[in-house]
Amino acid sequence: MNKENIKNWLKVNLFSNWYNSIISLFVLFVFFSIIPSFIDWAIIKATFIGKTKADCKTGGACWVFISVWFEKFIYGFYPDKELWRVNLAFIILILTVVSAFFVKPKIKPFILFFLIFIFPIIGFVLIHGGFGLENVETRVWGGLSLTFMLTFFGIIFAFPLGVLLALGKRSELPVIKYFCIVFVEFWRGIPLITVLFAAAIMFPLLLPANTSVDKLLRVAIGLGIFESAYVAEVIRGGLQSLPKGQYEAAKSLGMSYWKMNFLIILPQAIKTVIPGLTNTFIALFKDTPLIILVGLLELLGMVNLAKSNSYWLGMAIEGYIFVGIIFWFFSYLLSRYTQSLEKKFSTERH
Amino acid sequence: MKKIRINSFAVLAFVVTFIFTTFNANANQTRENVIKRGSLNCGVSQGVPGFSNADASGKWAGIDVDFCRAIAAAILGDANKVKFTPLSAKDRFEVLKAGDIDVLARNTTWTLSRDGGLALDFIGTNFYDGQGFMVRKAANINSAKKLNNVKVCVETGTTTELNLRDYFKANKLKYEPVAFTKSDEAVAAYDSGRCDVYTTDKSGLAANRTKTKNPADHIILPETISKEPLGPVVRGNDENWANITRWTLNVMIEAEELGITKANVDSLKSTDNPAIKRLLGLEGETGKNLSLNNEWSYNIIKQVGNYGESYEANVGPKTPVGLGRGLNQLWTKGGILYAPPVR
Repeated sequence: MNKENIKNWLKVNLFSNWYNSIISLFVLFVFFSIIPSFIDWAIIKATFIGKTKADCKTGGACWVFISVWFEKFIYGFYPDKELWRVNLAFIILILTVVSAFFVKPKIKPFILFFLIFIFPIIGFVLIHGGFGLENVETRVWGGLSLTFMLTFFGIIFAFPLGVLLALGKRSELPVIKYFCIVFVEFWRGIPLITVLFAAAIMFPLLLPANTSVDKLLRVAIGLGIFESAYVAEVIRGGLQSLPKGQYEAAKSLGMSYWKMNFLIILPQAIKTVIPGLTNTFIALFKDTPLIILVGLLELLGMVNLAKSNSYWLGMAIEGYIFVGIIFWFFSYLLSRYTQSLEKKFSTERH
Repeated sequence: MKKIRINSFAVLAFVVTFIFTTFNANANQTRENVIKRGSLNCGVSQGVPGFSNADASGKWAGIDVDFCRAIAAAILGDANKVKFTPLSAKDRFEVLKAGDIDVLARNTTWTLSRDGGLALDFIGTNFYDGQGFMVRKAANINSAKKLNNVKVCVETGTTTELNLRDYFKANKLKYEPVAFTKSDEAVAAYDSGRCDVYTTDKSGLAANRTKTKNPADHIILPETISKEPLGPVVRGNDENWANITRWTLNVMIEAEELGITKANVDSLKSTDNPAIKRLLGLEGETGKNLSLNNEWSYNIIKQVGNYGESYEANVGPKTPVGLGRGLNQLWTKGGILYAPPVR
């Protein structure tokens, strides 16, 4: 870009008239008054290496806090010598998802089947124990890995259920139809926090004595059911966008209800609502810190715990920035991933 | 400090809890359950400096944590056989009632409505807290009576805010409250000069002072304007369990009074002092009354220590929380810690 171009660009984009000029100047002023001091605090004056709070003497950010507590932020109280199990479970998950990009379309349904039905079992056995692995109670699960587990569980629980509910709401059988309508409206109508409290605190009181369902499982199922109502509505939006001709065409070929839906209707409907589904799943991911209220410590909960340790007081800003970056990064990743799916499944002809 | 905002979920949870309390089949079995399980389930906070907190290796520490370890030592003979469940202020009582935990040691203020209204038992006070004030040294204020025309940083929706109003009204002093929802925000605002005074419970004041840019610039005024007795809680339907926990706390206090520490408990076994002999279970049958073996009190002192040791290690002047003993001193030394005789 030469000088003339820059001048032109500035004129068109920042100073096209008097009020745009004022806004531009104001924004630039805010930028220049905030960013240098932030960089000064977060990088230049910051301490990166050390083992205790006392190592942070420079007056800037104390990133030592993050590095010392990193393992706890990621794994919670999961026992040190069993950490490989959590890692292995997530490596299998990542490899499976990534491999979906490289295999032939014919194999993809198997990968999906593996993710929804087989991987949860493998992951659960690995992380929880069984088959010769030492039992690790859910009480000690925590940190970012718990955030991921809940999100993953929420998605694979809510997605199939949501599809069925969406189909059910459009069903011609009144019992199914009204059951689905009531179900969706009920779960959509109550706040998530109520669901969590009910799952964590009230549900055990309803069980007969000496039977118990794990608290984390209760909360995860509550979260999954809650999200399924939203997923159902998103997918129903997709179903409604399909022209009637698609149904009629499928029926005229003699397809059964399920065949019609799974081969003709749903693939098209889901494709059109990928952005909406992404929205729902990102919201689910960001909803997980609410479980702090029922005593489960995911990433944000662990940071809260760490910053109130008497030897690490005053680290709230560092901790929250760290949590913010992590949440932003993974939300962005999820959003990019689904954008690539959108492109891939796009059948629009240009 | 307790939230006073009425929480509809909590109310709902209370109602349901109340309805189903009658179905609770765990009455009078907590001790057996703990022994069968081989570990104590202890409800703690999600991080309160000096009271219950984990370190970067995942080990829990604090006054409340020590109390739970002491119970485990008394019943199971091993202070490490405790499983800690971090709880929020909102779900703590329900989790206790549901039986997920055996004892709640979560810096909980003992009040009539909680003790009488919730089918729970407060078994004593392991920390006498109360609201206080922090000011800048440069302001040259040495007594809360001299606080007039000041701006006070305070957390909203807590009893702290109400106590503050009562205090200034009763003393005919003028003030302007500056309210925040989180203690971190309130401290930051005070530190940046938006307020002259920061107020919260004294245990929190000292800990929050370390969050300021220069902790040495601030002092905590001597006055305490409210009563916040913090104590452990158990279910109200288990007499034996309430006794075990109550006397675990009493043994820790009594041990300090008699000068028994972790270090000297073994050498004191050969003492002639009858009070020490009784406390260590060498004379009498203290354990039998609680359905425990007679080693129980010895195990508490040997493995966890007396009250003073726990205090000094977790919240005392040498820790970052930096609290003097104040009211939490033995009655013989000017405080109000007073354990009934162990005999």
